[in-house]
Amino acid sequence: MRMPATLAVEDLAVSYGKRRAVEGVSLTVGRGEIVALLGANGSGKSTTLRTISGLVRPAQGRVLYEGRDITREPADRIVAAGVGHVPEGRDVFVEFTVLENLLVGGHTVPRRDLAARLEDAFELFPVLRERRRQLAGTLSGGEQQMLAIARALVARPRLLLLDEPSLGLAPMLSREIFRTIQRINATGVAVLLVEQNARRALRLASRGYVLETGRVVVAGTSQELGEDPRVRAAYLGLAAHAGARRGGLGV
Amino acid sequence: MRLLALAIGAAGLLLWPWAAPRYFVFLASLIVVNAIVAIGLNLLSGYTNQLSFGHAGFLAVGAYTAAIVATRSPGVPVVVALLAAALVTAAVGLLLGVPCLRLEGLYLAMATLAFGFVVVEAILNLDGLTRGNDGLRVPAARLGPWVLATDTARYYLVLAVGAVMVWAAGNLARTRTGRALLALRESEVAAQASGIHVARYKTLAFAISALYTGVAGGLFAFVVGFLSPDAFDVFLSVDFVAMIILGGLGSVPGSVAGAAVLTVLNDSLAGFQNYRPLIFGAILIASMLFMPGGIASAVRRLRTRWAGHPPMAPGSRRGLE
Repeated sequence: MRMPATLAVEDLAVSYGKRRAVEGVSLTVGRGEIVALLGANGSGKSTTLRTISGLVRPAQGRVLYEGRDITREPADRIVAAGVGHVPEGRDVFVEFTVLENLLVGGHTVPRRDLAARLEDAFELFPVLRERRRQLAGTLSGGEQQMLAIARALVARPRLLLLDEPSLGLAPMLSREIFRTIQRINATGVAVLLVEQNARRALRLASRGYVLETGRVVVAGTSQELGEDPRVRAAYLGLAAHAGARRGGLGV
Repeated sequence: MRLLALAIGAAGLLLWPWAAPRYFVFLASLIVVNAIVAIGLNLLSGYTNQLSFGHAGFLAVGAYTAAIVATRSPGVPVVVALLAAALVTAAVGLLLGVPCLRLEGLYLAMATLAFGFVVVEAILNLDGLTRGNDGLRVPAARLGPWVLATDTARYYLVLAVGAVMVWAAGNLARTRTGRALLALRESEVAAQASGIHVARYKTLAFAISALYTGVAGGLFAFVVGFLSPDAFDVFLSVDFVAMIILGGLGSVPGSVAGAAVLTVLNDSLAGFQNYRPLIFGAILIASMLFMPGGIASAVRRLRTRWAGHPPMAPGSRRGLE
């Protein structure tokens, strides 16, 4: 029997009031795979992630995690089942210390396992161990992003949803974040990566999807996407023409 | 240094009845009662951003529960009466918390306001139990062989219970539940993404807040010795809100400070009832304008200024209070 994919999203549609944010999105993330989700601002990437992790309810469609339908499950169950979500904007608890942030990340973890999980997080991010008694608000942007990722890892997810992890970071720091994602992935965690930096995301991912106004307009392997003239024009800044700049792919 | 301050404070509180006239012993008891309410309200409003204008209602539920238990079963230990007050009020808080989940801001304020009116109406209508407008005489609190019949004895009871409540609130932030509540205040999205069930914890905050206020209500009943519904009007609820805004949202020491200041002020303005709302309103507006974050954050700022280091020095441990 074939093992079900880590994540399968089928024909997802999400509305905020009258506004449709996501319109019939389908995608999959295989075991241990990194998949990139690309698109301009407001194309529905974050909404897709939020719907997968149960923060937003879809109007239609299904979300299957390891073959199990989690579409209507509450967010806390989805976290406990093994889906970690790192929200956009380095959403750490700034008034909490680093350690307290990680403890919140371990909210669904049995108490007896917590110490070991924290130890794992500190091993992956030694800088967080040094700063564990420091308020998260006093960390640098890169450290806050690491903390946000570490917080999600404490629950030991098998699927990690990353929302713009390099946003607003200096090039050197974002390189480090991408190396970290690679390291996490190497331990067997599947990753669905939302990124503005398409070039870097495609270098990391094996496949990718491009969203535009809530729909998947291009899908394929990273290589295919990298060679697709429309993707190159709109997201990789190559052979850019005015139309692509203004209206994305215009598909 | 901190221990020394704590020891001096504790000694002061314990010796107070020997230093102060009787009336001020009674007043000190009221301060502690109000401080417990303020802490309870702060757990709800400061921790989970749910503002309540109905805490006088919870206070009444706790007070009447304790009084009725003490009346119906003479000789019952005061601890049992207080426990009954705590549990009944917490249950009422849970019942109110569930429908309030969908409400925010002004609508939540209106719903809790309405709850306060409902409680007063219920007291008036259940006169078989509460003696309605005639008022209910509360028997003296008993603890084993002792009858707590003097202001001093009651003060020590209130002080002991208050100390436990303050300690528990201070430690809440170090528990999984407390951290979850505070995380919700900081970022609902990040808290949810960490697996914190928003609805469950918001309801729980209502229950814990009501539990605190119920205990305070029980103590209030024994301290005052006589209950009537007009003592629990909407203005009392507003006073509680004023206490936590003046003291500092989300701060336990701030709650105590706010309760102390406003209780004393309330008492000294007793002769000027008509001007009271005016003066209270002015204080509230002034504290929001000039002291956002209340007494708690003002003290924090002063302290860092005196200590001569920047407000958020690396490695400083403000964290959770």
